[in-house]
Amino acid sequence: MIEGVSLFEIMSLTTILFFIGIYGFLTRTNLIAMLMSLELMVNAEAINFVAINKYLSPAVLQGQVFSLFIIALAAAETALALAIILHLYRLTTKIDIKEVEELKY
Amino acid sequence: MEKIMFYILSAIITVFAVLSVTSRKLYRVTMYLLFVLLAVSGLYFMMEYNFMGAVQLSVYAGGIMVLFVYAVMMTDNIGNSMRSIGGKRIILPVIIAVGTATLAIYAIYSYQGIAATKEATVTTVEHIGNKLLSYEPGGYVLPFEVISILLLAVMIGAIVIAKAKKLVNQEKN
Repeated sequence: MIEGVSLFEIMSLTTILFFIGIYGFLTRTNLIAMLMSLELMVNAEAINFVAINKYLSPAVLQGQVFSLFIIALAAAETALALAIILHLYRLTTKIDIKEVEELKY
Repeated sequence: MEKIMFYILSAIITVFAVLSVTSRKLYRVTMYLLFVLLAVSGLYFMMEYNFMGAVQLSVYAGGIMVLFVYAVMMTDNIGNSMRSIGGKRIILPVIIAVGTATLAIYAIYSYQGIAATKEATVTTVEHIGNKLLSYEPGGYVLPFEVISILLLAVMIGAIVIAKAKKLVNQEKN
């Protein structure tokens, strides 16, 4: 835990970060920028796991181990998504969701 | 001192996160995201979870950001502005994000049953390693192995997807 900072403050910060990510995901039309908004959300979740574990039950390490798994999954997801986006760009030279319709039907 | 540091980190995270979802230039968005990730790793160091902070720095700020920079460089011109979704259509996302965030923060603050500890605990690499490789109840050896298989599958999948032939050439032949 951080001295002088309550769990409420950390959770407020992560909530704000998560919903900034939601806002970015809803307003962006570029696929890479949408993926970056997703990274903001994943980060907020990982901080939440660690903070709640540290504040409420520091003896067990579940939240801290889970945050490591979250990082690994986020790295895997980003690598795969960027491979798909780059392949899409090579096929169509577009990465704007308004113009890409290859997977629509 | 720690309180001031936490508020500085929070300000950095919030400001650069907002900039990274509102800026039009994709390169700048990448750099703003890098600052957010660095500040988040500072938060992990402050919570005495040094291993996670190091992982955040090396995997996120080191690895994923390089991937993003490469992807941006291959698909975008420097100085290109991204298309915006237009004036009126931005109202609904703002209402959704601000409204739901307010609701969530209200729900967090209205919960009173939290018995938070007062003593700071240091998580060392030894703790994490013992937990990840333990066979006993509460150990994480199976998810650890599953994650390694998943990473292998993702690596092969990314190579296969990136190697596929161009659709345009196939149509010509």
